[in-house]
Amino acid sequence: MNAENKVRFDIKKYGMVIALVVIASLFQVLTDGVLLAPMNISKLIMQNGYILILAIGMLPVILTGDIDLSVGSIVALIGAVISKLLVGHPEFPVFAAILLGLAAGMVIGAWHGFWIAYMRIPAFIATLSGMLIFRGVTLVITQGKTIAPFPDSYQYLAQAYIPDIPGTEGFHGTTVLIGVLLIIAYVISEIRRRKREMQYGFLVSRGPLFGIRLAAVTVVIAVATFWFTRFRGIPVILVILGVLMSVYSFITQRTILGRHIYALGGNERATRLSGVNTKKVKFLVFVNMGLMAAFAAIVYSARINCADPKAGDGFELDAIAACYIGGASASGGVGKVTGAVIGGLVMGVLNNGMSIVGVGTDWQKIIKGLVLLAAVVFDIINQSRKK
Amino acid sequence: MEHIVLEMQNIVKEFPGVRALDNVNIRVRENTIHALVGENGAGKSTLMKVLSGVYPYGSYEGKVLFAGEECRFRGIKESEKKGIVIIHQELALIPQLSIMENIFLGNERAVKGVINWEECRRKALELMETVGLKENPGTLINQIGVGKQQLVEIAKALSKDVKLLILDEPTAALNDEESQKLLNLILHLKKEFGMTGIIISHKLGEILKVADDITVLRDGSTVEFFCPGTEEVTEDQIIKGMVGRELTNLYPARDVEIGPQRFEIRDWTVYSEEYRDQKFIDKVNITLKKGEVVGIAGLMGAGRTEFAMSVFGRSFGSRIQGTVYKDGKEIDVSTVSAAIKNGIAYLTEDRKELGLLLYESIRNNITLPNLAQVSGKGVINENEEVKVAEEYFHKLNVKAPGIQQQTNNLSGGNQQKVLLARWILSQPDLLILDEPTRGIDVGAKYEIYNIINDLAREGKCILVISSELPEVLGVCDRIYVMKEGSIVGEFLKEDASQEKIMKVIVQSDRRGRDEC
Repeated sequence: MNAENKVRFDIKKYGMVIALVVIASLFQVLTDGVLLAPMNISKLIMQNGYILILAIGMLPVILTGDIDLSVGSIVALIGAVISKLLVGHPEFPVFAAILLGLAAGMVIGAWHGFWIAYMRIPAFIATLSGMLIFRGVTLVITQGKTIAPFPDSYQYLAQAYIPDIPGTEGFHGTTVLIGVLLIIAYVISEIRRRKREMQYGFLVSRGPLFGIRLAAVTVVIAVATFWFTRFRGIPVILVILGVLMSVYSFITQRTILGRHIYALGGNERATRLSGVNTKKVKFLVFVNMGLMAAFAAIVYSARINCADPKAGDGFELDAIAACYIGGASASGGVGKVTGAVIGGLVMGVLNNGMSIVGVGTDWQKIIKGLVLLAAVVFDIINQSRKK
Repeated sequence: MEHIVLEMQNIVKEFPGVRALDNVNIRVRENTIHALVGENGAGKSTLMKVLSGVYPYGSYEGKVLFAGEECRFRGIKESEKKGIVIIHQELALIPQLSIMENIFLGNERAVKGVINWEECRRKALELMETVGLKENPGTLINQIGVGKQQLVEIAKALSKDVKLLILDEPTAALNDEESQKLLNLILHLKKEFGMTGIIISHKLGEILKVADDITVLRDGSTVEFFCPGTEEVTEDQIIKGMVGRELTNLYPARDVEIGPQRFEIRDWTVYSEEYRDQKFIDKVNITLKKGEVVGIAGLMGAGRTEFAMSVFGRSFGSRIQGTVYKDGKEIDVSTVSAAIKNGIAYLTEDRKELGLLLYESIRNNITLPNLAQVSGKGVINENEEVKVAEEYFHKLNVKAPGIQQQTNNLSGGNQQKVLLARWILSQPDLLILDEPTRGIDVGAKYEIYNIINDLAREGKCILVISSELPEVLGVCDRIYVMKEGSIVGEFLKEDASQEKIMKVIVQSDRRGRDEC
């Protein structure tokens, strides 16, 4: 009975990973190997980077049982703000413009957070209003025109690859170095964690099993590293994504704030009666969403190399869908950052794969909708079987 | 021989682990008012749910005979069709709709689905006159007071050609004048319309005024039957019937030296959140000594939970006044976290809504308010957390495969132990336990009483809120009695008895409430 429980648990945990692998394999065959070609993988990451960033920000919002419909408009607005600072002002430092853009995102997030957390406006309404307001502000700022081009150093963020160590061109020294460092960091941290658990007298997986796991992850990182060296190395955007993912995984899984976010989504009143300042938690979650939307705005505008007043249209729905596909619960309290990222990748692979095969956007939308429904149905069936 | 309109024979209703009704018999004569009395949990509401079909035929044993034929209701719709209408304590009106719309809700005067509003209005006015409600039929429900809302409910019942009207605690939320009016209306309907009624109430004075017959329920059985119409009946007789249960040794003994006074709550006053001039708690004063278990007895709705929650970080009510002293010094209880910091913990009566994170692990539930204990700079030391959670998991003897188990799969008793673990881990000096044994089995109850004794032995102050009088008498050193937001009595364990407490609660010398 115990073993059975374990298997079920694993299906829930790895269900979406398996789905991603299946979908990727399917398109790998259908596209005659184009999908997973090194160049296409880099492209895939660049194309979906901003959705993944938005999904990372959206996940805490969904965890607390809310939703944010305004992020698409925020993406457009922050892009416009930065374009006003940079385009035609070559003397303005790019770094400062980015910081100002991020700060503006947080202010917008705070605006939503104030109404939702402190004035108890339902998030759906507050952010629907924000979606209209900030799209309007964008149109005012840009006067409805596309503003371009950005300086090269700005575009670098979304379009470039990590530069090579001089003399290792073709071999991609930095990429290899990063891969090796990642493996070392992973192995050390796992060994230390195991040691600490043993000190507390907890059950740990047996030595050989532990060794196999370490070896498996090492191989995965090594293969991924090798794959990137075959094209132009690691894209800058992948580094940004990796950092954001680890930071937010850490916050949600290992900190008090993270635990409070989950608790709030699980049972708000019980959480308040446990001494948690639930309003503050909600507020911070929306401030963070604003920050992440600004991040996405920077990556997106740098990629398309202009500030488009229509930018970001529908991004909010992609980000929300990524979270649900990745196993987040619409009623709050359930979901993981890694899940949201995987959910985003599932959609990205679908998009990319179908485009290569030549499926029209009409059918792409239908299929994406069905996948979203299927993911949630899978979750619900899984839940009810557990009872 | 009078005509018996309703007869319920040998009704047995069981819930998992509890026999809520055990061979209940009740006979209601036509054109009389029949009162049903008993303590909280005696089975009155369950019996009425059987009658009205909330518990469908087949989920209970026994026979229900109405107007001479056996009834097998599968839902409220069917019982209403027969003319049995129940008005619940919590009114089932829609606040945003008008009086008229509410009266005809689910029973619209319509032709082919199109409502005839003129006919509705005419009929509504007629019904409103019958019940003595002088309002415009178009007035919204949320603009009239509770007393008038009660009248709307009765008008609604009358619109359905009611033959048997069941009123569950109809005057609980009303002031004296409104109560009188309502009781007179009931008598009027009986006399003029030949209506038969069943009234459930804790207010014995009212019952003696209106009832022709009285059935007393206790622990799911009918124990007494009175007929005030033909015999002399006193409140004392009824009270004796309600509480006449033997105290058995369900309660482990405690031998604790009670120390000096530690906590004092002085002049605690709380107003309602919705109606800001409605007083919920009125100048309550209580004290607790070191190692003392203090009880608050009272009926549901007496304000005990509201009092406790308002003390615990203002989690209930508005315009809260009063002070809390700990060891003679005033302490801050204005937020939950301040209350916890100052050594107060509150175990809720509503485990599922206000206590547990049902879809999270036992571990996360135990540590939720105590994360700072196992963290450094906001980062949780998971190993430390698991260690602490395991410790309390075993200490309280929670029966589950492990601390990673989700709490929604646990039994009520084990869920309660998880919550107790949570609050004991927060190391409180004052632990408020609100209905600590509600809905849990006898074995788990005993364990929880033992835990209470252990905490008292450690010198903590414990405030137990309970609607079960035997429990209050069994575990408390001192007992306050609360009624309508005020403390109306205080007994030492030696002087207290169920009769004495019940008497204070139900005796009709109610002090008029100055609001409503």
